[in-house]
Amino acid sequence: MASLLDIIPQGERFAHHRPWPRFLVTVEGWCYAAAEIARGRATLSGLWGDNSGGPMVHMAMLDDTTGEIAVISLPCPAGRFPSVGALHPPAIRLERAIHSLYGFEPAGAPDPRPWLDLGFWDVRFPLGANTATRTDQAPYAFLPVEGEGLHQIPVGPVHAGIIEPGHFRFTANGETIARLEERLGYVHKGIESLMTGATIEKAARLAARTSGDSTVAYGIAFAHAVETALCIEAPPRARYLRALMAELERLANNLGDIGAICNDASFSLMHAHCGILREEVLRAAEACFGHRLMMDRVVPGGVAGDLPPQGPDLIRSLVQQIRLRFPPLVELYDNTASLQDRTAGTGIVSAEFARQFGAAGPIGRASGRGFDARKMPGYPPYDQLDFAIPVLTAGDVNARVWIRIREVEQSLNLIEQILVRLPDGPIANSLDNAAAAGEGLGLAEGFRGDVLVWVKLDGLRVARCHLRDPSWFQWPLLEAAIEGNIVADFPLCNKSFNCSYSGHDL
Amino acid sequence: MRRTLFESLTHRPLTEAPPKADDSALAELAASVNRAARRRLGRSLAIRQVDAGSCNGCELEIHALNNAFYDLERFGLRFVASPRHADVLLVTGPVTRNMREALERTYNATPDPKWVVAVGACAADGGIFAGSYGVVGGVHAVVPVDLHIGGCPPNPRQLLQGLLALLERAGGT
Repeated sequence: MASLLDIIPQGERFAHHRPWPRFLVTVEGWCYAAAEIARGRATLSGLWGDNSGGPMVHMAMLDDTTGEIAVISLPCPAGRFPSVGALHPPAIRLERAIHSLYGFEPAGAPDPRPWLDLGFWDVRFPLGANTATRTDQAPYAFLPVEGEGLHQIPVGPVHAGIIEPGHFRFTANGETIARLEERLGYVHKGIESLMTGATIEKAARLAARTSGDSTVAYGIAFAHAVETALCIEAPPRARYLRALMAELERLANNLGDIGAICNDASFSLMHAHCGILREEVLRAAEACFGHRLMMDRVVPGGVAGDLPPQGPDLIRSLVQQIRLRFPPLVELYDNTASLQDRTAGTGIVSAEFARQFGAAGPIGRASGRGFDARKMPGYPPYDQLDFAIPVLTAGDVNARVWIRIREVEQSLNLIEQILVRLPDGPIANSLDNAAAAGEGLGLAEGFRGDVLVWVKLDGLRVARCHLRDPSWFQWPLLEAAIEGNIVADFPLCNKSFNCSYSGHDL
Repeated sequence: MRRTLFESLTHRPLTEAPPKADDSALAELAASVNRAARRRLGRSLAIRQVDAGSCNGCELEIHALNNAFYDLERFGLRFVASPRHADVLLVTGPVTRNMREALERTYNATPDPKWVVAVGACAADGGIFAGSYGVVGGVHAVVPVDLHIGGCPPNPRQLLQGLLALLERAGGT
């Protein structure tokens, strides 16, 4: 059977990188792996810079079918590395971000414009070895669109709704969108620079605030990374409580999204009813874990607090309520022709794009890519739970709604199983007794897709941490999905994606 | 759809009544809203929300204010799409350097009289993100702030209490 390791040229393997291997490669090896990824032999899962041990770039790749993951690292002492984006478009924005943050130049890159750096920082290349004082920067050049009768609509960064900031530049011909170009980075907080040198406790709080709607998923991914780096494990009960929180988070977000998508088609009835169910999930989360979004409840080593005695019954009755009240809403969605008219056939993402970009979550699953980190590579306790990954192929707004509907049902099943199987025992292990410190890679499935966290520890402090939101590989697909649609359908398409700005901007 | 709508007619509303005046500050404020705000704003404040760098946690809870349980609009408070229609800017997040200009412009586009409410721990002083090259700091570092609502994120009830307090203050000065 073909292995992911086949496409990685022989190189020195880092001894302290866990649980998946990391290899030092040469320029030739880097280019070979990039070409193999471009050929579809593996999915690009992350590409980031690192200056904690000399200038270096890392690339994480994933085998969709076996769940194998590997990282390759290329030192770039001259501050240059061969562009992956030149061969594989999903890497382009990641490389632009590396250049803006570190100053490492992707040689041969198709798009040299900055990314995340909007020209407002005091310094250039803030994470690089040679930060430079800012000199006047040329105005950002949006991609040209040529033709008769075109007009531009600039939108944002401050939008009309209660939503995160970003800039969308539409070029339209009448009502039809000829091109959408996104410009993001407005909520760039410099999380990775704050991570450097932070204690594990502070770093966990930062990770939990990378994208607030996925705070549990980030908490789990960060905990996985730190725990594998330290060669410790969270106790079984903590694993189950994490999964319980993760499914409550997924449930709340999917309910919120289903309602919000319908609301953007002016069908506020669904929005109102889904909003009630979402609120009830958050109230149950607060009663059980002390925080509506369950922020900071997952900690490296375990979880911060145990379920109160009335917790299981409370959650069971929540599940029962949703099982009773959600199906009529699904029927309502399915039987309202005016709503279907808006969602069916709108904003199509092709299966080919979903595969090429490694689109995760409902966006990938609505377009035929069934990857889910809970199954593959998988992590406890999901290996002991019975659940299905819904996959559709239509790739439109309607399919993304249906994936979310099916995921609500799966989450309800998972929550019931978790409550039945929840083992007794301690809820956290101490990090102080850890035998080793090294590097860890953590993966967790959030409601938006897989969150990847790479951490390099120096004792019990973070030397370097990289957080990769699934949105990195979804935002570019929104540009593709909207092409040929009408301007009025953009909010609908955008909501059906619901990408994270903060998770992307870092 | 007909069934869902008919059912709504027979069920009691989920909207939670404000607590009684004698046992809660919330009720005190809710009672004073009409009196105080009517004078200047005709019992109504239009709110423009601005995310100046938040992790989006605060936005989730601000959204929740519109659900059936909190029903913000019954107090005469409503969200509007443009700062030009707003009386209040509800600003979240540590202000990032990349959002400073946008926040300033939004503030300048809001007609007087106007109030700024800084929502969440980050909006107070940058919170956990303070000190980064990408962050200016709290909202007050960029625009004058009239009220801080703490919390990470504040829950809808805390948000409601803060906004109702503002209604009183806005009408009282």
